[in-house]
Amino acid sequence: MHQSIKRVNSLEDLLELQRQYSHIADFRTGRRREDGHREVLICGDTGCVANDSTEVVREFNRQLAAEGLEDQVKVSVIGCFGFCVQGPIVKIMPDNTMYVKVKPEDVPDIVHQHLLDSRRVKRLLYHDPSSGRDLEHSEDFPFYKKQKRVVMRNLGLVHPEKMEESIAFRGYEALARCVCEKTPQEVIDIVRASGLRGRGGAGFPTGIKWQAAADQPGDVKYIVCNADEGDPGAFMDRAILEGDPNSVLEAIAIAGYAIGAHEGIIYIRAEYPSAIHRLKLALTQAHQYGFLGKNIFGSGFDFDITLRYGAGAFVCGEETALLHSIEGGRGEPTPKPPFPFEHGLYGKPTIINNVETLANIPVILLEGAEWFSSIGRPGCSGTKVFCLAGKVRNVGLVEVPMGTTLREIIFDIGGGIRDDKRFKAVQTGGPSGGCIPESHLDTPIDYDSLKALGSIMGSGGMIVMDQDNCMVDVAKFFLEFAIEESCGKCAPCRIGTKRLHELLTKVTSGRATDNDLELLEEFGQTICASSLCGLGQSAPNPVLTTLRYFRDEYEQHVHDHHCAAEVCIDLMEFEITDACIGCNVCKKNCPVSCIDGAIREKHHINQADCIKCGSCMSICPVGAIIKK
Amino acid sequence: MPDGRTDNPQLIALQTYLNGLDKDEGSLIVALQRAQELIGYLSEDAIFMVGQTLNIPVSKVYGVVTFYSFFRTRPRGKYDIKVCLGTACFVRKSPAILNELATLLQMEVGTTREDLKYSLNTVRCLGACGSAPIVQVNDDLYANVQVSDVAGIIRRYLD
Ligand SMILES: Cc1cc2nc3c(=O)[nH]c(=O)nc-3n(C[C@H](O)[C@H](O)[C@H](O)COP(=O)(O)O)c2cc1C
Repeated sequence: MHQSIKRVNSLEDLLELQRQYSHIADFRTGRRREDGHREVLICGDTGCVANDSTEVVREFNRQLAAEGLEDQVKVSVIGCFGFCVQGPIVKIMPDNTMYVKVKPEDVPDIVHQHLLDSRRVKRLLYHDPSSGRDLEHSEDFPFYKKQKRVVMRNLGLVHPEKMEESIAFRGYEALARCVCEKTPQEVIDIVRASGLRGRGGAGFPTGIKWQAAADQPGDVKYIVCNADEGDPGAFMDRAILEGDPNSVLEAIAIAGYAIGAHEGIIYIRAEYPSAIHRLKLALTQAHQYGFLGKNIFGSGFDFDITLRYGAGAFVCGEETALLHSIEGGRGEPTPKPPFPFEHGLYGKPTIINNVETLANIPVILLEGAEWFSSIGRPGCSGTKVFCLAGKVRNVGLVEVPMGTTLREIIFDIGGGIRDDKRFKAVQTGGPSGGCIPESHLDTPIDYDSLKALGSIMGSGGMIVMDQDNCMVDVAKFFLEFAIEESCGKCAPCRIGTKRLHELLTKVTSGRATDNDLELLEEFGQTICASSLCGLGQSAPNPVLTTLRYFRDEYEQHVHDHHCAAEVCIDLMEFEITDACIGCNVCKKNCPVSCIDGAIREKHHINQADCIKCGSCMSICPVGAIIKK
Repeated sequence: MPDGRTDNPQLIALQTYLNGLDKDEGSLIVALQRAQELIGYLSEDAIFMVGQTLNIPVSKVYGVVTFYSFFRTRPRGKYDIKVCLGTACFVRKSPAILNELATLLQMEVGTTREDLKYSLNTVRCLGACGSAPIVQVNDDLYANVQVSDVAGIIRRYLD
């Protein structure tokens, strides 16, 4: 911060600041142009950073300095554009040009051709395989066409480390209007009327939850933001916190005002260092501006937010476990009731909301409940962010209205399956969810429709699988996760998941019988019915759904000892074909010396001794070894 | 160390930090996180110090340490290698990358080599699913890693 910050003491002060900064928003959205002035927006989200976007930023700064352009061209590192597979993404404003897969060595071309000469760098534009055209504006990409950004409205648009940019985009206006113009009950009524349901997985109506906490007596209450994001295949909460931390802080304060709390806590995974850094910066700035702290906007309302770090335990995403973890203990769940809204953190009424749920709040209050409930479907309003990953072409973060079908997400937005392979299944809901087959792809997505299919919405992980994925192996993967993460407190989850895993291992090694498949089903249902918390109650879902939709694949393993996806190594043999040139390389490299053959003669694998490590196949210089 | 005196600079720093905390269980996880940050792992001395200073039985501290996967009671290697086994990485064959690392480094997954040069572990989702599979070495992230890239990655961390 260069200029000293003046505390904002009223709604009017804030609106005045908004006007002062409006040129930022106007320029960023292309509404305003200034001769020769441009802005280079570069994605600084973890995904793009993994692809070296930090070096791209450095290179832009170097090149711009070399050309003496620092005054006309500003470089801003901002949040996720969502199209992660095309990262690092660079956008030039106000031209609205999006460049994809930009490497540091591409920067001189962008500077010389685009910034100095106003010519587009064609080879860095997105090539749309469906139309065969190079597209300049992201609005025209099939990836973005069916999306609607509500939660992610500021991602890729607002600099997450600059409060003046948040203000320009109406940050904290909803909070100011709440504390200055509305009663807590009015706030709750709007959230209720919007129909917003919790995005953390269970889909509980947010307004009803807030009402329950507001109705509790006492003036010590807490708001906890659940940023534990445990689903190993979902990163929307991280992206929101990294790209737009202020919306989440604002929402926590609004929730506090609504239920009568003065303290908020964000419980965030320690594995998210960049999100933590951005949150800390935003907190400091929010205090300087007076958006948090004492007497917010001169309303007399006091509110503060602190951070607590999770220490790597999936079960801590569960509400009661999370609270025990904040209190400093082992994150083990306890039975409900009592519910956190009556007896939560340190025994006080506590509301726990997910990051994405909260990110909806400010915009609901600004645009109104009616606007929000007009998006999506009846009983399930708004949008949902999905982390679309796996074997789909357009991997990334996508936000769609509730009720969009799986097929639209995977094929229209996702661009279909990579490498022209065949779609097999889509897994939603992470370790608590299930695998959905082709025949159900036209299901409009909402909490209830996914549940009816045996899966869940969960936090929004959506992993696409193709013919090369073995469904038994996938079920086993999720169970391994459940076993590792089970806290061990209740027997069905601790022991049951282990037994399920043993049965699955029998299947993948060709030792199972039909009876084992029956047992899998029976065990699974028993664990669901008898576990203490959501972890155990949902852990068998990946097994039960694959049994339901891909039973033939299980039966192939059991009856034919065959894994069509060629994943289950115990059911496979390595074989040397006639292409062998007898070079001896595989023989020398075999760790158990089970390959025979004289030099320049075809070699042979001794199947009885083979440990199926595959090293012969990867080392063969002529690709003569196959797996079958 | 039970008498609280030490000349280990890391432990002295930890003691200073602990003295500034509220002496209750609410501070426990924060204290352990800081201890691990300072020392690199949670040594027996550190665990004792945390328990004594915060007035929490050491058995209880230990219970918390072993519950969370973030905490470790052994030192890590100079190069801390992590292979993401989140779902997106898993379906894009990260287990094969893990195997290749274990083979080339001649070590078991989940261990630290005797010479304290490498640790090899798995993690559940680093949140970069768009670039799966992901390998992390200390603070460096490698995206879209293929089995054939593994040897090249290791070559950058030989010294
Ligand atoms: C095992 C388990 C893990 C969970 N993990 C998360 C999580 O990582 N993030 C989250 O927001 N909710 C998680 N939940 C759901 C929370 O318990 C809770 O329902 C949610 O945070 C409530 O917020 P919402 O109403 O805004 O969705 C998890 C639940 C269970 C049973």
